[in-house]
Amino acid sequence: MNLDWEFIAESLPLYGDAMWLTVKLAFWAIVFSLVLGLIFSIVLYYKVRGLSLIIQAYIELSRNTPLLVQLFFLYYGLPKVGLKMSEVTCAIVGLTFLGGSYMTEAFRSGMEAVSKPQVESGLSIGLSRTQLARYVILPQAFAISIPSLGANVIFLLKETSIVGAIALMDLMNVAKDLIGMHYKTAESLLLLVLAYLILVLPLSIVLSWLERKVRYAEFGN
Amino acid sequence: MQNSGIEVLFEGSNLERLLGGLLVTIEISFVSIVIGTVLGVLMGLLRTLNLKPLQAVLRLYLEAFRIIPILVWLYVVHFSFTPLLNIDISGEATSILVFSLWGAAEIGDIVRGALQSMPKHQEESGAALGLSRIQLYRYILIPQAIRRMVPGAINLATRMIKTTSLVVLIGVIEVVKIGQQIIELGVIKAPNASFWVYGFIFILYFAVCFPLSRFSRRVERRWQN
Repeated sequence: MNLDWEFIAESLPLYGDAMWLTVKLAFWAIVFSLVLGLIFSIVLYYKVRGLSLIIQAYIELSRNTPLLVQLFFLYYGLPKVGLKMSEVTCAIVGLTFLGGSYMTEAFRSGMEAVSKPQVESGLSIGLSRTQLARYVILPQAFAISIPSLGANVIFLLKETSIVGAIALMDLMNVAKDLIGMHYKTAESLLLLVLAYLILVLPLSIVLSWLERKVRYAEFGN
Repeated sequence: MQNSGIEVLFEGSNLERLLGGLLVTIEISFVSIVIGTVLGVLMGLLRTLNLKPLQAVLRLYLEAFRIIPILVWLYVVHFSFTPLLNIDISGEATSILVFSLWGAAEIGDIVRGALQSMPKHQEESGAALGLSRIQLYRYILIPQAIRRMVPGAINLATRMIKTTSLVVLIGVIEVVKIGQQIIELGVIKAPNASFWVYGFIFILYFAVCFPLSRFSRRVERRWQN
């Protein structure tokens, strides 16, 4: 197969821009969903009445619907009832809506996996509930959660591939445009796959390394 | 008051068409899960054998689907099969192909995980009783491993149903596409239709996936003990 290298060189900047957009969207979505997940999992762990129920409903809604439909609803549906957001905001809100529930579950299962004797010892030396959370549960829970948090990070990064559906010039959209305009299918798709490999592969390797490292952080099991 | 827009769901055959579109989504997922399971079980069994090169290949195959987004796979197959191999396959066929291959990779990993998590003494006791390799798999390992596979497999099924919503982007006429058609047709008469139509599709997906994920959680809890 003969690849048109000139075409590849010419389209590199386009892919570069799109990768930057992907990184930006994924970064904010990951940050916001981590914050959301941390807050929600603490609420769930301490079984705050009323709030827990709302959060659980949110988790089920978010996990059992596709991101594409969530984005379409946010982008095309909500403006009809007066809530208009830019494409970028929409994508970040949508990704956070999706990622928040996955992060909550990751943190919560980490908190629940902290061994009971740890919690009891903390209580017996007179720690308050906040101190217990801050010094005993959360540090360990965080270490235990790292593998699933990492999986969620990769998941969110990959899910950004859908934002082209709400008119953002992401990698998918660039590839599609180039195919449509120049019929350089093989070149465009090759660059598309490479772009995702460059984005996801290093992260995936770092995470599996980290996963082996943090096993040491599990005490008392 | 002007049309609120919700009527658009019940006009003519709109509701039927939307549900029909959902059926396309479910059909693609169902067929893919069936093909994926058959291939995946085979792959999982192969991965428990100690054949280094084969393991490397199958591992690479799994990682390829884990690292590259499914939408990229759909694009690659959709845009490259027709010109490169000179065969014309429909969007549906493309989707089924991609989802089956993805399913095979993931099911393969679930099967491998379940078989390898089986305590060694189960296999040894079986061997001590004089069971053959095939009998060992048939009466001891597989029945127990299935319990550990079911929750993961149902989970994969809901993920697949959700991901099938992407096939609209390679031109398959499914529920989202039909929704778009309804919105476009009613653009003057029911300008707020997109709120209701997309809201409805949102609920449709939820109605399909929620019972499945509930079911898998229950199975998981019951079989853990």
